[in-house]
Amino acid sequence: MNINATLIGQTIAFIVFVWFCMKFVWPPIINAIEERQKKIADGLNAGERAQKDLEKAQQEIAEQLKEAKQQAAEIIEQSKKRGAKIVEEETQRGHEEREKIVASGHEEVTAERNRVREELRKQVAVLAVSGAQKIIEREIDKDAHSDIVEKLVAEL
Amino acid sequence: MISGEQTPTQYIQHHLQNWTVGEGFWAVNVDTIFWSVLLGVLFLWSFRRVAKKSSAGVPGKWQCFVEMIVEFVDNSVKESFHGKDKLIAPLALTIFVWIFLMNVMDLIPVDWLPTAAMYGGYWLGFVDDPHDVYMKVVPTTDLNTTFALSLSVFALIIIYSIKYKGVKGFAKEMTFTPFNHWALIPVNFVLESITLLAKPASLALRLFGNLYAGELIFILIAMIGFWQLPAHFAWAVFHILVITLQAFIFMMLTIVYLSMASSEH
Repeated sequence: MNINATLIGQTIAFIVFVWFCMKFVWPPIINAIEERQKKIADGLNAGERAQKDLEKAQQEIAEQLKEAKQQAAEIIEQSKKRGAKIVEEETQRGHEEREKIVASGHEEVTAERNRVREELRKQVAVLAVSGAQKIIEREIDKDAHSDIVEKLVAEL
Repeated sequence: MISGEQTPTQYIQHHLQNWTVGEGFWAVNVDTIFWSVLLGVLFLWSFRRVAKKSSAGVPGKWQCFVEMIVEFVDNSVKESFHGKDKLIAPLALTIFVWIFLMNVMDLIPVDWLPTAAMYGGYWLGFVDDPHDVYMKVVPTTDLNTTFALSLSVFALIIIYSIKYKGVKGFAKEMTFTPFNHWALIPVNFVLESITLLAKPASLALRLFGNLYAGELIFILIAMIGFWQLPAHFAWAVFHILVITLQAFIFMMLTIVYLSMASSEH
């Protein structure tokens, strides 16, 4: 229980222990702790940032999807309109074509008829003349009555 | 455990006697030095193992435990001591763990190590009678240990005072507080000196008193025969609190005293 030289020995031991702790024990441990704390903080930050990025990306995706849908709808609408227009135009053109064809047919038919009629008239004239000739061969002079026959032919 | 020829008084005295080598002031309590140095080395060795392979990666179990203590001490230091200092945190850690380990020796049943030392010394032929061997295994029940710690802290208080306030600032603090008048310089000086000297004295005596009393009760319990087993257990459970608390108080007060010494009023 007396104070004696142990005091000095214990003081030296204490100083040596504190010195050793200060030099070789405390700094590496506290550095490791602080480094780990920083690492964890960084990790948490990165996680948070990634979460935010993800949310932003999702929002963007939703927006783009909406836009794409709208565009698709527009395109469909346009193509429908165009289709209807094309059908209408084609119908119109068909009508015109038909009328044109019909008209040209009419013309042809008329021209043919005229030609046939001319032909017939000539043949009838020849027939009439030859008939008349045969009838009146004996009674009338061919030259003297040709003007009457011409008149007849013209009336046909 | 009282052997036949011992009276209770002799038994208690035997337990409270240090193994001393030498005479007068230059005597050395070998048991105190041996156990405290052994525990100090144990502390530094086990913590150094962690320090050597410590990294920011995933820590092992022992590393976690050590880091828990280190962080606890670091937080205590940061709470009380503002400013950068390389010494205070390791100092606090050393004080806390070393005192804690020395106090824990109190939980080893009081007869085990002394008896082992007695018969060990006798068989090895160092002594003629086993009862001549003295072995006090709790270094903090020796005033030399507690005063060695507190006087080192006291020296640091003075060094920090002078380092942060200068000799003039320190002298002014000793003479012009608490009464800021030249006529009261002697009164101030007496008051401040007592305040200053009370710090190491209270540090050392608080730790010594608590542990000495605890040790004494363990010794008394050890004398009551069979019922010492539950009684020892009950007192040991309670004493765990004292052991930890005293180590913590010593550390905390050291930090507070040093932060007071290094800050302006």
